[in-house]
Amino acid sequence: MATVSMTVNGKAVQATVEDRTLLVDLLRETLGLTGTHVGCDTSQCGACVIHMNGRAVKACTKLAAQAEGADITTIEGLATDGALHPMQEAFREHHGLQCGFCTPGMIMSAVEMIDRLGSDIDEATIREQLEGNICRCTGYHNIVKAIQSAAGQMGSNA
Amino acid sequence: MYQTTYHKAASVAEAVSLLSGAEDGKLLAGGHTLLPTMKQRLASPSDIIDITGIAELNGIDASGDTVTVGAATPHADVETSAAVKGAIPALAALAGTIGDPHVRNVGTLGGSIANADPAADYPGAVLGLGATVHTNQRTIAADDFFTGLFETALNDDEIITSVAFPVPAQAAYAKFPNPASRYSMTGVFVAKMKDGSVRVAVTGAGDDGVFRSSALEAALSSNWSADAVDGVDISADGLLSDIHASAAYRANLIKQMAKRAVAAA
Repeated sequence: MATVSMTVNGKAVQATVEDRTLLVDLLRETLGLTGTHVGCDTSQCGACVIHMNGRAVKACTKLAAQAEGADITTIEGLATDGALHPMQEAFREHHGLQCGFCTPGMIMSAVEMIDRLGSDIDEATIREQLEGNICRCTGYHNIVKAIQSAAGQMGSNA
Repeated sequence: MYQTTYHKAASVAEAVSLLSGAEDGKLLAGGHTLLPTMKQRLASPSDIIDITGIAELNGIDASGDTVTVGAATPHADVETSAAVKGAIPALAALAGTIGDPHVRNVGTLGGSIANADPAADYPGAVLGLGATVHTNQRTIAADDFFTGLFETALNDDEIITSVAFPVPAQAAYAKFPNPASRYSMTGVFVAKMKDGSVRVAVTGAGDDGVFRSSALEAALSSNWSADAVDGVDISADGLLSDIHASAAYRANLIKQMAKRAVAAA
């Protein structure tokens, strides 16, 4: 068994899990943070994307033990004091979701994308950067619009 | 996934000792091949030795005519490194085409070449630039490193520590990604070295893994231009044939990707 101490959404947590436990399972089943989804389980769809030490990673392709000492943010950690993160608000405003299953991963990817590439990001770059996030409803058009809109707001708030 | 025991190594020496003490140990770097394989129960190592926290395996150093990349350096760091972009822009660009942003945040150079997947991109740069693979035991020339499909010259207890890439005069990589999986169906890395020699490595196409194309090297040595590729005859013998593409289709892709790469270099 592995005892993992880490920070999840700003709170120190500790959990004891099997060595083979995936990080996404620790988040969902041990911590009850079910906003991080498992879509494909083969590292392709991006529904499980979280931030680990500031980088967007697929939580289905990390062992929980690898998160020892890590600073983790999940979709549940984006809103502050009941106010949606600008990216969440933009997805709502632009209807950037249909069934909503891919949405947590899309939003976590999008937030890191803007952090990394800045708020001047163009549409083509957004589409290219979404390569690791699959929307089975094929609702990409509004997702891209939402990200572009939020990018501007994230820039003006910075 | 079957049961396994996770270890985190603090040094290369500790990783070697954990590996030799394990019944069937595997090194874990980015884990983007190993963990999916374990999840499908196609691999069931008794022990997993995480080497990502070993400081000496991480980082990029560009000095003189060499860019040295630590084996556990993620693709995203190579993609965005100002030092790499300045010295070997083709290497940074290649790293930026691997997988997707999340894969690049985690996947490593050492893991990619140790796995030697025939569709992997990095072997193209390692062989195309004639890089030197440094391990805890020795140095291995790229020409001797890749020995077949998922096969390398590495010994069981040998760990890649870094790869030293010579800075070329000109280089570029062009690949044709599978429209669905985005894995390279064929990728060609062309390099004109500072001594005037030309190297061409082909990945994603050979049924024995990455290889050098002597025909393209000869043509580009005498005339470094996309037009020179037109007259080259690429045989379909020894090329992969699968549901994605026939060997003949891949033979044509080699020429087309070589032309694109030379034009971009």
